Order: sequence, then structure tokens, then C-alpha cells
Amino acid sequence: MAQPGSAYSLEKPIENLESHTMSVLVDNEPGVLARVIGLFAGRGYNIESLTVSETEHEAHLSRITIVTTGTPMVIEQIKHQLERLVPIHSVTDLTVHGQPIERELALVKVAGAGEKRVEALRLAEAFRAQVIDASLEHFVFELTGRQSKIEQFVALMQPLGLVEVCRTGVAAIARGAERM
Amino acid sequence: MSASENAAATENGAAQMTGAQIVLQALADQGVDHIFGYPGGAVLPIYDALFQQDQVKHVLVRHEQGAVHAAEGYARSTGKVGVVLVTSGPGATNAVTGLTDALMDSIPVVCITGQVPTHLIGNDAFQECDTVGITRPCTKHNYLVKDVEQLAEVLHEAFYVARSGRPGPVVVDIPKDIQFMTGTYKGVSNSQHKSYVPPRDGNPDAVEAAVELMMNAKRPIFYTGGGVINAGPAASERLRELVRMTGYPITSTLMGLGSYPASDKQWLGMLGMHGTFEANNAMHDCDVMICIGARFDDRITGRLDAFSPGSTKIHVDIDPSSINKNVRVDIPIVGDCDAVLGQMLDAWKAKTPALDKEAHARWWDQIETWRARKCLHYKNCDDVIMPQYAIQRLFELTRGKDTYITTEVGQHQMWAAQYFHFDDPNRWMTSGGLGTMGYGIPAAVGVQMAHPDSLVIDIAGEASVLMTMQEISTAVQYDLPVKIFILNNEYMGMVRQWQELLHGGRYSHSYSEALPDFVKLAEAYHAVGIRAEKPAELDDAIREMINTPKPVIFDCCVDKHANCFPMIPSGEAHNNMLMGDDVTGEDIENAITEEGKVMV
Repeated sequence: MAQPGSAYSLEKPIENLESHTMSVLVDNEPGVLARVIGLFAGRGYNIESLTVSETEHEAHLSRITIVTTGTPMVIEQIKHQLERLVPIHSVTDLTVHGQPIERELALVKVAGAGEKRVEALRLAEAFRAQVIDASLEHFVFELTGRQSKIEQFVALMQPLGLVEVCRTGVAAIARGAERM
Repeated sequence: MSASENAAATENGAAQMTGAQIVLQALADQGVDHIFGYPGGAVLPIYDALFQQDQVKHVLVRHEQGAVHAAEGYARSTGKVGVVLVTSGPGATNAVTGLTDALMDSIPVVCITGQVPTHLIGNDAFQECDTVGITRPCTKHNYLVKDVEQLAEVLHEAFYVARSGRPGPVVVDIPKDIQFMTGTYKGVSNSQHKSYVPPRDGNPDAVEAAVELMMNAKRPIFYTGGGVINAGPAASERLRELVRMTGYPITSTLMGLGSYPASDKQWLGMLGMHGTFEANNAMHDCDVMICIGARFDDRITGRLDAFSPGSTKIHVDIDPSSINKNVRVDIPIVGDCDAVLGQMLDAWKAKTPALDKEAHARWWDQIETWRARKCLHYKNCDDVIMPQYAIQRLFELTRGKDTYITTEVGQHQMWAAQYFHFDDPNRWMTSGGLGTMGYGIPAAVGVQMAHPDSLVIDIAGEASVLMTMQEISTAVQYDLPVKIFILNNEYMGMVRQWQELLHGGRYSHSYSEALPDFVKLAEAYHAVGIRAEKPAELDDAIREMINTPKPVIFDCCVDKHANCFPMIPSGEAHNNMLMGDDVTGEDIENAITEEGKVMV
């Protein structure tokens, strides 16, 4: 692939940006998330989405799911730069192993009355969103799915009285029987 | 309890001691004999433990930046881990420049910082700073120890991380209450680290493919770097064997000087921005590039899209993130330089190479025509000392001596790299990645501490040297006869050179006004001052410096307007160099394009 004109390239190369989902297994210790985020900020990489939680309590291991964009060269760099961090056990680029299963959870608050309220509820059913809180003036929907589904649902709620949205970011896992 | 009594207790099993004693015991068990530091409130318990033992010797610096550079000099000249001890707050922040320097140049350093007591952390206490937060991006790894039971383990791990894989600086931040608390000392364990296991051997298939490619090369070149030095003296030995066996030309980065002897006929000199005409042209025109332990830094590659356009590239590096970072390579080999060089030697010896002798002869003929250009030639002068001449004389007069060279950063550093020739590794200490002015004196202090009977010279500029001049006081205190050889041109020479090339000769704040009298300054520090102003007196003055068994500041007054050539102007390719002897005013004006001007 083409390389930038110089080490201090003047124009940002906008060639073939790819979106990749990486799964990073880390020691759950203080500061580990700061290391990961600091690496992205310091080297100018993108974070589209970031999800963290301890997944193996016995071993004190957390799994960080990062969705990032970059040229293939940058994506390769991100993986290797992450691997340099001492408390990181493994970095798996799920995207290169085929399409991973990706899910995100959203809580969507919608307020309104009359026909708009009925329409919101109807759409929620069509999207298999659950009502987890309600009053005569509002609903809070819980919705799980791929990012595109959530984007679509939120867009539909916009004219129906959307108040606010909270999203978890992407959790992803590889298909098949193997561990990453 | 003394450290030796502690050691006895350790053999009997778990020993109980204070956090401060654990620190000293861990240092002793790691084989540390010197540490560089500066006391303060938050490390007093450790200083108290230091006072009560005699295994670990402490060197009191005059500024914490100096402590880290001294530890770097110590580490680079011995291959051991350099150790620093500083206090919280300003002690830690002053160390940041040194830590970043060590990170950029992959130097193994363990820096122990004091911290305010755990219950005060986050309270904006006196001399508190978020040391692990501040040093996170400028260390290989760092730790805040909040449990005395983990202190010993963390310290041993810090040494392991600092020296393993691609070496680097590690900070261990220890709150004052932890230093007082009693805990269990654990000795060095041999168990494998749970997540950090750096590679050693290269992939055998990749090595095989690389050797195959090398054997079929018509215009090959070795391009080596600091990784070979970091891999230990054995790696340099193997490199020499491989290069001689192949008969191929070799060049090296600033950091790699000394791994291959500069006196050898296969040596082309340094490459890069101020590298030789022959090395850069050979890099540009080669068909097979064998990069070992170097990282295609921007000072090396120049214009990336014109960098060695026709070559197939082999890259050996212990750090996978160095591979394909700036330049895409064809055969990447992740591994320790020493191990991979060994594998390459074995693979080469196992075959009967049918080398294209004719092509190689043509290649060497071509290289000889580049060499004949004599790119390091300069116009000497009878009444003013030319800086290049000063370095040449220094080199000639120290020949055959057990010499170590450190430098500051700027023109003098490049002249030192061009005109002082190294035949052995670990003899050349310079700030390459970060380019830290003020590196040289403290680094020389560290080197001299490790090699008390050797000749240690800091080749300096008058501007750089003032940044850490206070460390002369350290040298005097410990009877370290370091020689500070200042090429005094009364300018921040490299800044002035760039202002001449890029900014129409408007020398904005690059003239060193109000300079001290360096001879009197030396005397004020109880060191020896020597000055040379004329070429005729230079040799005698240098001999006097060498023969003085005390710290010396040598004020070598050189030509004020000399520029450092050859030079690849920023934004240009390797085969488009500015040469010293035929540069006209117009050349200089047009040397750097508008695009190049925004680059560093």
C-alpha cells in the first residue's frame, strides 16, 4: 500500500479506512484502562467504542472490547502497540477472524402523549425492545442488538419524543467453539 | 538490620523487614552496586536504610534529570540496569526528561520514586504529584505499591521488565508509609511472568527465507541499529562474523555505532540525515536491505516515498510494533538480535552459497565512487579551529586508550558521530531518540562510575552543556575524572544551521549571549579548566586534558559559522544530499522545499 510522503506527512492519508473490533485480555489492576486509552490518545488512534468489564474473577482478568478505525498499517500497529503493554495478556483482532458477533445495549427514554406515544410503543415491539420503566408521560426502552439496529431505533424515536439515550458500547465475541 | 544480615535471613525463608529495607535488599539481590539519586521527604526511610548498609553505593547528583542520565550512561556502558532513587513531586517530575530519553533509546533503567503516604494520595499533599499518571506514557511500565507485602515482588518484576525484550525505563512509586511498614521479603523468583514474555528466537522459516534472499542479492547492504548493542556484546560479535562472511557493506544508525568496527573496510559510516554520501546512496540503490535492530526512524529514512525504492527489505527486531511502522518490509523477523544473528549464521553456514561475485564487485565499485566523493572533507584553517578538526585530533590523540564518549545534542553530536570512530560496542553514549540537550555530563558521570580507570569524554556544545552543568559538582565530589570537551562556537549551532537553511538567516535567539568563562567556571567547581583558541595549541591542550587525573572542562573555541554536512534536507530522499565543500548560498536557500519547512 502507498506510504505517506514523509514521516511528518502533511496531509492525512484518507485511503481505505477499515473498522476493526479488538478483544483485549488484561489484568484487572488499577490504571490498566488508562494505559490503553493513553496509548490511543498519545499515538492518535481512533476509539469508536470501548467496553470493559472483569470477565474472569478468579484470575482477575478483564476483557476490553475496542472498535477502532484506521488503515491496515495502523490497525496492525494498534495491535502490536497494545501487545507491548505489560499487563496485557492477549490482543485478538476479531475482524480478521471473520465477522464476530457484536451486540450493544441501549436504554432509550421517550416522552410524549397521544398518537406519538402509541407509535413509539408499536415500533418498540417491532424492534423487540422491552419497556423497563413507564409513566403516563414516558417510556424507557431497553434494546439489544447490533449498532446499526440501535442507530435505526434511536433515529425513529427522534420525532416521537426522544429525551435521552444511554449505550454500553460494543461487546463482541468470535464465532465458533474456540476460545480467543 | 544490615543488608547482609537480611540476606542470611532470606535463606532461612521469609524475612520480615521494613519496606525501606526491602528496597535495599531487592537492589542487592538484583546485583546493583551503584544507584544515582537525590533525597527528599518522601524517600527519607530508604535513605536511612541506605545509610545503614554498604552493599549498594549511592551517588548524589545535583538534579534528578542528571540522576536518570547518569543511570543511562551506567546502563549503556555496562549492559546492566541503571538505578535511580528520587523523592516525590518535583523529584519525580524532574526525572521525566531522563525517563523519556531512556524510553526512546531503549535503555534499561529502574527509577524508584518516593510518594506521599497512602492516606494522603489524592489530597494535593506537599510534594505530591500523580507520578504513575505522569510517567505512564514515558516509561515501559510503572507501579504504585500500596501493599508492603507486594513490594519485593514488584521490585524484582521491575528489573525483569526493564531489561527484558526491548529494554526501557520502569518506575516504582513507593508511598512513605509503605517504606516504614514491616513486610515479608521475597527473593528473586525464576517463574515466568504472567503476561510479559518477550520473544527470543526468530521464526526459522523467516530466517531461512532471509538468508536465501541475502545469498541471491546483487546490491546488498546491512543497516544496523541500537538493538544490536542492546542485545549484548555477543550480538556484535555475531554481526561481525556474518558481515565478514558475506563480504557485504554495512552502515549503522547513530545508536548502533560501535557494533561494527569503523576501521573495517566494509564499513560505510553512519547513515541518515547527517550520514555519509556512500551509506545513504547505498541504502537508496540497494536491492536487498538487511535491517537488524533499527527502526526506520525519520532521521534515517528522509522522504518516505523515496526511501530505498527498489529494495527487498528484511527487518529483525524484538519489538513487533517496530515492524511495518514507517516502512513496509518484506521479511519481518521478530526476535532478539543476538539469537537471530546466530540463526542467520547457522543457516548461511549450512548452505554453499553461490554468490554473484560479479554483481558484488560492480556494487563495491559503485560504492567506491561514492566514497571517492570524500563527503566528510572540510576546509581546514590555520588560525581558527574547525570543529571537525577538533574531533579528529581528539580521536587521534585518544587512540589506543580505553575511551568512552558521551555527547550532548546538536552539531557537535553529529560531528562526533562522523569524525570519532568506534571499534567496539558500548563505548558511545548519546541521546538519539529524544535528542536531550544536557545528556552528556551526567551520562559521563554514570559511565565513569562504572569504569573508574577509563577515559570518559563528553563531547559537548557550549549551549547544551549549561543545561546540566551542575553535575560537574557530582564528578568532583566522587573524584570522577570526566572530560567535558566543549566545541564552543557561541551558538546553538544546529538551531543556527536550520535558521540559515530555512529562515533566511534570521538567527532568532540562537546566539549564546553572556556565556560564562568556562575555565573559571571549572575552577569554581574545583575542577580543571583548559582553553584552546588556535589550531597550533590544540594537540598540547588535548594531551594536557587526557593527562589530568581530575574532572576537566575544556573550552575549545571553534569556528562560529561551520555547518554540519553532509545533510539530507528534510523532506528529501537519500540520493539528494547537501555536501559541505560545494554548497553555495543559493543551494542553501533552495535546499528545503515549502513542504520540508514544516518538518522538524
